[in-house]
Amino acid sequence: MMDNQIQNEDIYTLAPHHRFQWEEAQSSYVILFPEGMVKLHGGAGEVIKRLDGKATVSDVVADLKVTFPDAENIEKDIIGMYELALSKAWIRKV
Amino acid sequence: MTQASLGESVVQKTIHATQAQNNGVAANVTQTQPLWLLAEVTYRCPLHCAFCYNPTDYDKHTQNELTTEQWIQALRDARKLGAIQLGISGGEPLLRDDIEDIVVEAKKLGYYSNLITSGVGLTEKRIQAFKDGGLDHIQLSMHDITEEINNFITNTKTFELKKKVAAMIKGHGYPMVLNVVIHRYNIGHMKEILEMADALGAEYIELANTQYYGWSLVNRSQLMPTKEQVDEAERITNEFREKSGSKMKIFFVVPDYFSDRPKKCMNGWGEVFMIVTANGDVLPCHSARVLPNMQFPNVKDTDLGWSWKDSPAFNKYRGDSWMKEPCRTCSEKENDLGGCRCQTFLLTGDAEAADPVCSKSPHHHLIEQAILDSRNPTIAAQPIVFRNDKNSKKIIAGELKDRVDEFHALP
Repeated sequence: MMDNQIQNEDIYTLAPHHRFQWEEAQSSYVILFPEGMVKLHGGAGEVIKRLDGKATVSDVVADLKVTFPDAENIEKDIIGMYELALSKAWIRKV
Repeated sequence: MTQASLGESVVQKTIHATQAQNNGVAANVTQTQPLWLLAEVTYRCPLHCAFCYNPTDYDKHTQNELTTEQWIQALRDARKLGAIQLGISGGEPLLRDDIEDIVVEAKKLGYYSNLITSGVGLTEKRIQAFKDGGLDHIQLSMHDITEEINNFITNTKTFELKKKVAAMIKGHGYPMVLNVVIHRYNIGHMKEILEMADALGAEYIELANTQYYGWSLVNRSQLMPTKEQVDEAERITNEFREKSGSKMKIFFVVPDYFSDRPKKCMNGWGEVFMIVTANGDVLPCHSARVLPNMQFPNVKDTDLGWSWKDSPAFNKYRGDSWMKEPCRTCSEKENDLGGCRCQTFLLTGDAEAADPVCSKSPHHHLIEQAILDSRNPTIAAQPIVFRNDKNSKKIIAGELKDRVDEFHALP
């Protein structure tokens, strides 16, 4: 049951067989995996981009707050993206 | 190959993503870039599956296949248009000896590439070359848990080979992606098929109920399960999903004949899918060549960008302005865009009519009749016409008329 609880000290990386890349033709980041893809709009792509298998959730939040100082309530959105990505198995905990 | 395997789960994925828009993820459902490129590199195939969607006259296209250079150029051109998921399919793609070159180029261009194979012809040497070349995954077709049904429906002795190939795929660190076409002969084995997939360590399994195009349309009465069987299969699948605790993702592709609304075929004509066939024809869907008065471009003499964006064929059924009643004023038209043009023409003779699967279609009785025919012991007892060169030649020569005459084009 704890699986979907995102903790500050947790570290995530892309799930196996998933690829994250910038798509020029669509001006967005995408996650590719067998039989499918998702297009990530702005903020969502910025979160996934930072999941390098080293950064903790706190690190990612802190970094995004610096990068997007004007964004309100950003932490909630970031955690929401983690939860979504985890529930879809696009990412895994290191 | 199976039509259902090619992209329907992509559609599922984008729909899921739409539901999650609050989290910043949005789907690209009205995208007019060819996100999916399906390269049907050959129609030659060592298997003879009764449910194959390939055209029954494929034998005409086995001598004029594109060269390696032509494929590489097509890959480059499609990538420029935005194509990102590449399916390398057939026939059996492994019958070509240049798949390694195609894989290397795909990787270089940034495609997420998928080899869609029966497994026949996959050797340690070749799979290692694919791995080194950057192939992202391999989708293996499986047919049943029993040797008897596997060998019967494919008309080949390939049961043991499939198990070996599955182990080889896993052994090379590839995700295990299985596709099982569901029909009358294996629908009763759903639980066992799912258990087999789990035991093989499958990450994904697609249970693709047969859709009726090509050879499967000719064999429709022989392959179609009953509505009760489909419902039971779906129930077992859902139960397995909930109880198994398995990490396996299961896609159950619902057969449209038993729905009262048609499928949104290819997620819309010319919206996200582009197919290049063995001989270079550029199509918006697998079966499009059955449609009348259509001239499809060919990569040998036409720019792929023009084909996608400007060719009359790709624009013909984009959007909804082509629709007639009852689709034109239907409140649900956005859900399915009138269904499948090819199925509609094959069954009704009018490519612009509503898909007869729809209960609002004036032709819906054709679907009801097909379901009845499949339960008629006399009709269902006709022999299966297996997909092979001999039968393809016969169909081209106008033989087997009794099996194709009711359709408005050669399936």
